[in-house]
Amino acid sequence: MRYIEPHAHMVSRTTDDYTAMVTAGCRAICEPAFWAGFDRSSAQGFHDYFCQLTDYEPKRAAKFGLPHYSWLCLNPKEAENLALADEVLALLPSFLDRPNVLGIGEIGLNKNSRNEVTIFERHVELAVKHNQMILIHTPHLEDKWKGTRLIVDILRAHREIDPARVIIDHVEEHTVNLVLDAGFWAGITLYPQSKCTPARAIDMVEIYGAQRLWLNCACDWGQSDPLAVPKTALEMKQRGHSETAIDHLIYGNPLRFLSQNPKFRLPENH
Amino acid sequence: MDRAHLTDLYFAEARSKLIDLAAFLDRIDRSEGEDDFRLQSLRAALKELAAPKPDKAKAILLLLSDPTQQPVAEAGGKSATGAWPGF
Repeated sequence: MRYIEPHAHMVSRTTDDYTAMVTAGCRAICEPAFWAGFDRSSAQGFHDYFCQLTDYEPKRAAKFGLPHYSWLCLNPKEAENLALADEVLALLPSFLDRPNVLGIGEIGLNKNSRNEVTIFERHVELAVKHNQMILIHTPHLEDKWKGTRLIVDILRAHREIDPARVIIDHVEEHTVNLVLDAGFWAGITLYPQSKCTPARAIDMVEIYGAQRLWLNCACDWGQSDPLAVPKTALEMKQRGHSETAIDHLIYGNPLRFLSQNPKFRLPENH
Repeated sequence: MDRAHLTDLYFAEARSKLIDLAAFLDRIDRSEGEDDFRLQSLRAALKELAAPKPDKAKAILLLLSDPTQQPVAEAGGKSATGAWPGF
């Protein structure tokens, strides 16, 4: 088995997790910027985090033979302070040329507030200005449906955005159609309690097709499983999916989406 | 995959989750106090579960969702509860 983990917050994971993921067949990891579990008090804190994502963490992953890529932004959970958010947004362009940066993400909404919408739109404008791909976080639980609709409406208002270069993550049964019908890629996140189980993820793959879907674990500092993608692949096998179909979903699809950025390259022996 | 194979694969897990849910409701019923919006939503969702129609997961997720369309004035915290307080 081989797979790409397109969404994992490795800065909060141990080296044991890198070992387990490589052993399970992981060929590359992508790490979107996210909330640290507390609000950072200054733009300098974000600067240091972006350095961690673009310098230290790739070196750490390389010790396990894993290419490491990142997406940069200010997470919607920290968007209420508009002045700080603008300072952080001003930092981003200086990081976009770094070799492992794939685009802007994971931007989006959390509680669907006015300030979150404002900062989401500013991120989108920044992505358009710098021709960046976009990775989007949709809200949790009761806020997801409303947030996904707001996000899709905002993106569709930007006619210069190519939906094929945008992935909207954390879809569930009530939002997957909203995303796919608008032409975007959709991410299914395998995360205990608050997102999706392997069985439900496979249901959605069977119902909606695997053309523009990827699976990810979004492992972070919460209860989460860095091996959720390969475990789901095993369950797909139990459900009768072929090796080829599984490879297409967990390796081919993220490779196809991410390779739209020429910086994303895997070693030839992969 | 046909119904028999799916049942073989998932019945035990579904049975276990069903009994956990039943035990949770028993626990709630033995406790003091009133149902809040989360429990009211959960009890409404059980009716969706029993309804003879498809797309039950989607219907329940929608029932537990905020149906409004305008952004809220302030985030007022970071966490979600799993049900819409206006239910």
